[in-house]
Amino acid sequence: MNLKFQNKKITGILTVLPENEINFEDEIENYNFSSSQSMKLKLVMGYNKRRVVNAGTTCSDLCVFGMNYLFDNKLLDKETIDALILVTQSPDHFMPPTSNIIQGKLDLKQDMICLDINQGCSGYIVGLNQAFMLLEQEEINKVVLLNADVLSSKVSKKDRNSNPLIGDGASITIIEKDVENNIIYGNIKMDGRGADALMIPAGGFKMPSTNETAELKEDKAGNLRSLDHLVMKGDEVFNFVQKEVPPMIESLLEKANFDKDNVDFYMFHQPNKFMLNKIADKIGIPHSKLPSNIVENFGNASGISIPTVITHNLGKDLTQNSYQICMAGFGVGLTWASLLIKLEKLDFCELINYK
Amino acid sequence: MKNKVLNILNEIRPEFDFSTSENFIEEGMLDSFDVVSLVTTLDEQFEISIDGMDILPENFSSVEKIIVLLEKNGVKA
Repeated sequence: MNLKFQNKKITGILTVLPENEINFEDEIENYNFSSSQSMKLKLVMGYNKRRVVNAGTTCSDLCVFGMNYLFDNKLLDKETIDALILVTQSPDHFMPPTSNIIQGKLDLKQDMICLDINQGCSGYIVGLNQAFMLLEQEEINKVVLLNADVLSSKVSKKDRNSNPLIGDGASITIIEKDVENNIIYGNIKMDGRGADALMIPAGGFKMPSTNETAELKEDKAGNLRSLDHLVMKGDEVFNFVQKEVPPMIESLLEKANFDKDNVDFYMFHQPNKFMLNKIADKIGIPHSKLPSNIVENFGNASGISIPTVITHNLGKDLTQNSYQICMAGFGVGLTWASLLIKLEKLDFCELINYK
Repeated sequence: MKNKVLNILNEIRPEFDFSTSENFIEEGMLDSFDVVSLVTTLDEQFEISIDGMDILPENFSSVEKIIVLLEKNGVKA
């Protein structure tokens, strides 16, 4: 589905990362594989270090910390927030919505909309689309998009498929109405027939967690995980991404009548270096235009990966310059989505540590 | 080319004899992560970029299949 938005702009991006850092080498002995095999993977996939929360730290903690940072530094006025969207797969509770909890903790005004959305790897673009749609309302002038996930505790330490790459974190993006008539082009597709490609089978209403679901079982490749853990069918996800993402980008640029060489940066979801380099080769763009350095520095924290690749690689530069950015998210759902947007001299673009 | 491919395979999984196997995948000599390492090494050593759509286990199940893939990417025998 093609999407088009006008008179909207992103005015600030903040990434909040937990300070707890885990090194890949420190976990090699957990895996059922030789260390030489694992070290080869480190180079190819970009496994290195990742940030995870301490036990007990939740999505709302990370988001509230980031929001207070913006309030304290006068980068955001709490009275101007008309909508709060939280995209997460790890809410504080099943109910109430975590966005309402955050609203309460921050003592925001009542005259606003709070909304939780369950999406992951494409969650940044899904959230931006929702923000753009809310901004069509006369009384909504500023939307805060929160992306947050703390899934590291849902990954088996003995699962080499997922454990080395999963990180935690949050991001805050401010979206506002714009008098300039910049057009934002987007597209989005979903395929629930692939819903089990990335899944946490137990713990919801369909399969409540029990002693049986917590039992570790070995898969064909030698990874150990339980039904309470995240399972990723790596081969299926890789093939889905290689099949769907390059044509999605081609279609987006064609719809926008925009040459791929005129895009300054391709800021994509960050599953691993290998997958991203293959996408860049297929699209026909240099690797330098499609940064792939988030998994190696911070881990993949689902919907936080796109704002993190922006804040880490552009940072303050984006408060002084403007860039034409192509974003793409792809994964759990299955969902895949992209946006072509000009980011113009943001009010802030930074990455901070949660304390 | 065959010897070069065999050397690369032996570097990735030195515990196996790839010269006598008929199907590396079915015999459990290469898993999906080994295929990723193999693709990266082939890309580097033959200065190509194997298409992501071709990274399927069946294309890496024997030396002959790997050579077919290399030739598809313009590597001359």
